[in-house]
Amino acid sequence: MTPITVHTGTMVPLDIANIDTDQIIPKQFLTGVTRQGYGKHLFHDWRYLDEHEQVLNPEFNLNKPEYQGASVLITRENFGCGSSREHAPWALMDFGLQVIIAPSFADIFYGNAINNSMLPIRLTDAQMDILFAELAKNDKLMLTVDLNLQLVKCADHEFDFTIAEHHKHNLIKGLDAIGQTLEHADAITEHEKGLADWF
Amino acid sequence: MAKTLYDKIWDAHIVSQVGADILLYIDRHLIHEVTTPQAFAGLNDKGRKVRCPEKTVATMDHSISTRSLALDACGPANQLQLQTLLQNCEDHGITLYPVGHQKQGIIHVMAPELGAILPGHTVVCGDSHTATHGAFGALAFGIGTSEVEHVFATQTLRQSKAKNLKVEVKGKLPIGVTAKDIILAIIGELGHAGATGYVIEYCGEAISALSMEERMTICNMSIEGGAKAGLVAPDNTTFEYIKGREKAPQGADWDAAVAYWETLYSDADAQFDRVVTLQAADIKPQVTWGTNPGQVIGVDDAIPAPTDFTDAVTQESASKALKYMALEPGQKLSDIAISHVFIGSCTNSRIEDLRAAASVAQRGNVVENVTAIVVPGSAAVKKQAEAEGLDKIFEAAGFEWRLPGCSMCLGMNDDLLKEGDRCASTSNRNFEGRQGRGARTHLVSPAMAAAAAINGKFTDVRQYEEQV
Repeated sequence: MTPITVHTGTMVPLDIANIDTDQIIPKQFLTGVTRQGYGKHLFHDWRYLDEHEQVLNPEFNLNKPEYQGASVLITRENFGCGSSREHAPWALMDFGLQVIIAPSFADIFYGNAINNSMLPIRLTDAQMDILFAELAKNDKLMLTVDLNLQLVKCADHEFDFTIAEHHKHNLIKGLDAIGQTLEHADAITEHEKGLADWF
Repeated sequence: MAKTLYDKIWDAHIVSQVGADILLYIDRHLIHEVTTPQAFAGLNDKGRKVRCPEKTVATMDHSISTRSLALDACGPANQLQLQTLLQNCEDHGITLYPVGHQKQGIIHVMAPELGAILPGHTVVCGDSHTATHGAFGALAFGIGTSEVEHVFATQTLRQSKAKNLKVEVKGKLPIGVTAKDIILAIIGELGHAGATGYVIEYCGEAISALSMEERMTICNMSIEGGAKAGLVAPDNTTFEYIKGREKAPQGADWDAAVAYWETLYSDADAQFDRVVTLQAADIKPQVTWGTNPGQVIGVDDAIPAPTDFTDAVTQESASKALKYMALEPGQKLSDIAISHVFIGSCTNSRIEDLRAAASVAQRGNVVENVTAIVVPGSAAVKKQAEAEGLDKIFEAAGFEWRLPGCSMCLGMNDDLLKEGDRCASTSNRNFEGRQGRGARTHLVSPAMAAAAAINGKFTDVRQYEEQV
């Protein structure tokens, strides 16, 4: 994993609740056998007017000139619901989105994001309203996430956020979760010895 | 201290404490072609092995054709993914049930058929509908591909504990109302994300009375309420289902197993963080009208208006859903014409589902301009259905009878809808574009799907039951 402590970038808004992983990356792009190359298919149905991804939908925020180069997605509740596909964070990251800020995330998506060094940040509905409003006033507004301090800074605002201590630790250090768990190999073997054969 | 069923399973699987979390031991790892190639590649890159191939069950289900057993039937990309699974299973000593095998099927249908899922197990799979196996009193949940790799290498996952939610369904279910209607009604009550952060235990008279197939339908859709997992306490119905299956305990082991399984229930004074109660008598056949499973109504209710909801975000979601679904507030479901019917998926493709659909299908014929397909959940379900003559009933009524797989639930093969198509589907997700770009999905029970096929519109199946 790539270590990440502070991220600063511009934002793109998707003022929609319950954005599901089918929408983030539709099924026809799940046939790959690698983790690369999903960014061009991100939000396929909303982003393109045709199946062959030749004609961009000018109405979709990710296509608008003012949001080009954004690395922070601000959105609404229950982001990443539905399928467990890790292709969703792979596609978001490959497109260039490093931080997703929303009032809530679906559990599996949240874990998948962390496991790919992506930052899923939870703010309150009221704080989200402020971010949407500030972005509406200035579409090149910079936002900074400081993972150490657990702070989101934007315009004159500072919002603190919560994150599990081990998630924070792994993100900052860029640690390999499997390597860490294998340090407990003896305990795993011990547990297995206690299992009945039929179990 | 009094414990819930979830507490008991959790405690029995703690390998070690790691900070504020634990390492949870995983008893069964179910795998399929879509969410594993990158996990195997990661393992191979680091020279790691699959720790417990014997606790891993593999099948092909998502990327396969329902018209042909050939691996290349859905194009070269799907074929490469399927062949990658074949190679990976061979390299790592994992038993694979490939296309054409008599025990192949949708992973959440075939694994229970093998007797691979036992009460008290922890079960994971790179698939959100892993919650299905909670029907056995197993703690079962979906994971991402990085976690699949973690389980391969360590047979554990680092986890923090979820909260306990009790969903009690009191009383007896009315005639014509099924397990699918119960879970859709529950999700309607909880909301699409209402159970996020919880493990649900389903209980009450209406749940205890259900068969294993029906309990699997209920637990399957726990994720559609946002829950980590769903559970039903094991009982004689559970034990009878497992007994004699290929991987079930035998002889003295069986007795030891049952003695343990009988301890797996929530203590009478166990504390739940939240309790939700429904009356079975109030539940009607359910139909979703929107683009998430919480947007659901009874078959005789009118399509709601955005102003029927209180908060702005829900109103906006409703408004967007009505537009996508091309529906107007106040419309009756019985006036809405459908173009397609899909009977299948890990939610509703088991033998009882097909029997329920066939009993309605034999009352008429699929109406002109409606395409209806029936996709059994496994080769075993297909064989059983054919032995009972259900395939003949479906075909005589104009339904297509297909080979087992995930099929049109997500359309990773060629079972896809076109823009503007409207489908009565027994699957689990009605998201925008789920069954094809611009296609509209209404989630229903198998009987309701069959009734829609022979009437061309949503039809209350209770009228058929009352005639019997």
